[in-house]
Amino acid sequence: MAGKTLYDKLWDSHVVSARDDGSALLYIDRHLLHEVTSPQAFEGLRIAGRQPWRLDANLATPDHNVPTTSKEREHGIAGIADPISQIQVKTLDDNCQHFGINEFSMKDQRQGIVHVVGPEQGATLPGMTVVCGDSHTSTHGAFAALAHGIGTSEVEHVLATQCLVTKKMKNMQVRVEGALPNGVTAKDVVLAIIGKIGTAGGTGYAVEFAGESIRSLSMEGRMTVCNMAIEAGARAGMIAVDETTIRYLQGRPFAPQGEQWEQAVAYWRTLVSDSDAVFDDVVTLQSADIQPQVTWGTSPEMVASVTSQVPDPEQEADPARREGIHRALQYMGLKPGMAISDIKLDRVFIGSCTNARIEDLRAAAEVVKGKHVAATIKQALVVPGSGLVKTQAEQEGLHQIFMDAGMEWREPGCSMCLAMNADKLGVGEHCASTSNRNFEGRQGFGGRTHLVSPAMAAAAAIAGHFVDIRQWH
Amino acid sequence: MQAFTTLTGLVAPLERDNVDTDMIIPKQFLKSIKRSGFGPNLFDELRYLDEGQPDQDCSQRPVNSDFMLNQPRYQKASVLLAGRNFGCGSSREHAPWALLDYGFRCIIAPSFADIFYNNCFKNGILPVVLPQAQVDIIFLAEKAAKDGLKLTIDLQQQLITLPDGQQFSFNIDKFRRNCLLQGLDEIGLTLQQADAIKGFEARHQQQFPWLFAEH
Repeated sequence: MAGKTLYDKLWDSHVVSARDDGSALLYIDRHLLHEVTSPQAFEGLRIAGRQPWRLDANLATPDHNVPTTSKEREHGIAGIADPISQIQVKTLDDNCQHFGINEFSMKDQRQGIVHVVGPEQGATLPGMTVVCGDSHTSTHGAFAALAHGIGTSEVEHVLATQCLVTKKMKNMQVRVEGALPNGVTAKDVVLAIIGKIGTAGGTGYAVEFAGESIRSLSMEGRMTVCNMAIEAGARAGMIAVDETTIRYLQGRPFAPQGEQWEQAVAYWRTLVSDSDAVFDDVVTLQSADIQPQVTWGTSPEMVASVTSQVPDPEQEADPARREGIHRALQYMGLKPGMAISDIKLDRVFIGSCTNARIEDLRAAAEVVKGKHVAATIKQALVVPGSGLVKTQAEQEGLHQIFMDAGMEWREPGCSMCLAMNADKLGVGEHCASTSNRNFEGRQGFGGRTHLVSPAMAAAAAIAGHFVDIRQWH
Repeated sequence: MQAFTTLTGLVAPLERDNVDTDMIIPKQFLKSIKRSGFGPNLFDELRYLDEGQPDQDCSQRPVNSDFMLNQPRYQKASVLLAGRNFGCGSSREHAPWALLDYGFRCIIAPSFADIFYNNCFKNGILPVVLPQAQVDIIFLAEKAAKDGLKLTIDLQQQLITLPDGQQFSFNIDKFRRNCLLQGLDEIGLTLQQADAIKGFEARHQQQFPWLFAEH
């Protein structure tokens, strides 16, 4: 019999009961909550008179709606200018208090983007099943956890039963072979993967990322890669346990200690795909072929290297795709054949669950140190992923580097990644963004998003247009 | 949940791939703590010319008359015909809530994004996957129909019938089909297995005690 993939192992260790149609009742170890996708679930519990099955499996924090200016944040929830946002954040507090769920509320230093907070607390551990009412829950797969987004009905289901009714996905392995070239980051790797397999390439699969390039990444880099598995259509992305994983977790507040730490580590080391495991599909990229990436369209698969040009729809054979490129270029206000480096920018956003961890901020700071944002840039926002990331960055003096460069140093939250708070693009504005989605209107009505790595966004802020970070001095 | 058995409804065509959930319901409407009332903002950025705000009277807004939902032909449509990878992006269940609130009970496409597909079943919406060639036939039939195209979707038989008698069968997972046919509350069903969950949990805790530590 063939060996098991990492996904097979995670699946098998959580099946409560299997049905004859291939679906199963899967046990959930960690449930993360935020203010946007939970209110209707809590309301459902109340109406049915149900209680959460297991309180200590849940952890909540508000992130999507929270303002990021320190002036608004000083006053906590009362400082949220938008009354509808205020009600939503208040509702999370009320629900967590009512049901007894652990919440890092707005005033708590540990508050932040839920996918930054979970891992930094050690609340995400190898071998766990992790769910959250947010598609970027795939982030947590970086720890060899089975992690994916769910809808609000499922949030209610997990709260009430600690389980999910779900069907096993297929196994895909994405290998990135060879050492990563200088100037090529985790973000470029995952954008290149999405460019290769497409935005629906991973639909129906759990994707394991492997190969020398992946192994060489820090946990922050691995989280960036797994975060965007969903942009390739894969609900879950994951990476096997190694020393990097174990080193990251040691000493984290929610991680096991003492004897249990030893016991856990021994188990975690088994969380790798067996050498004879069979994948339904294997995709291989060579790292030497990957250059710094920039998206030019309105889907993450519409991506190119910084040295290349905006594509010409007339060169596309498939009519539906041709129409898609045509529509995207019209929305983006770009001409076929223009150099990516000629795209002029209005705003820069460094943040989001993809790229708002300490390593991302360090990379951006290194680029802007001693320089100043171009006069044509209206705003360059740096939004740390959590209160703890913010504190650490300030201890390292990164905030001063950003502010000296003319960038705005903000309080933690999702911010301009999806513009549910006041941080948003204006109509027609181009933004170099370290976030994960370049959909129409994502960062604000009529806004134009270009997804890039933190270093590329930082360099674009200084130059006013995209530049090849490998040529940066 | 409203049961889904058979539906005869008018088709609204949205011939475009990768329609994401941001497009189905933009983020500013996700601030609501309710499950209903999203219908007027379904496809907000395609449907209106201005930027929509929550709690706004949409009847006063400038509409994009090119968009199909604004055309007389598609009023009261309950079947949405779409392109590849429908519902990609965010997991927001507000997307199916908005479709349902507008009046859509069935979505037909060559493929769906996983989370959206799953969310439909929790809300009495039937997502039907048909091969691209069959979807194209329906798109063409819709264009050719003088006063719009009505389809009959029979979930029990797993069959779609066109007015000319053409029939397309579709696959659907048995458990999900039964839940939809009966409008079942999935939580109630799962809780019937409470003893199995408790048994699993006890074994799980013994094997992985660190997952049950209090913090």
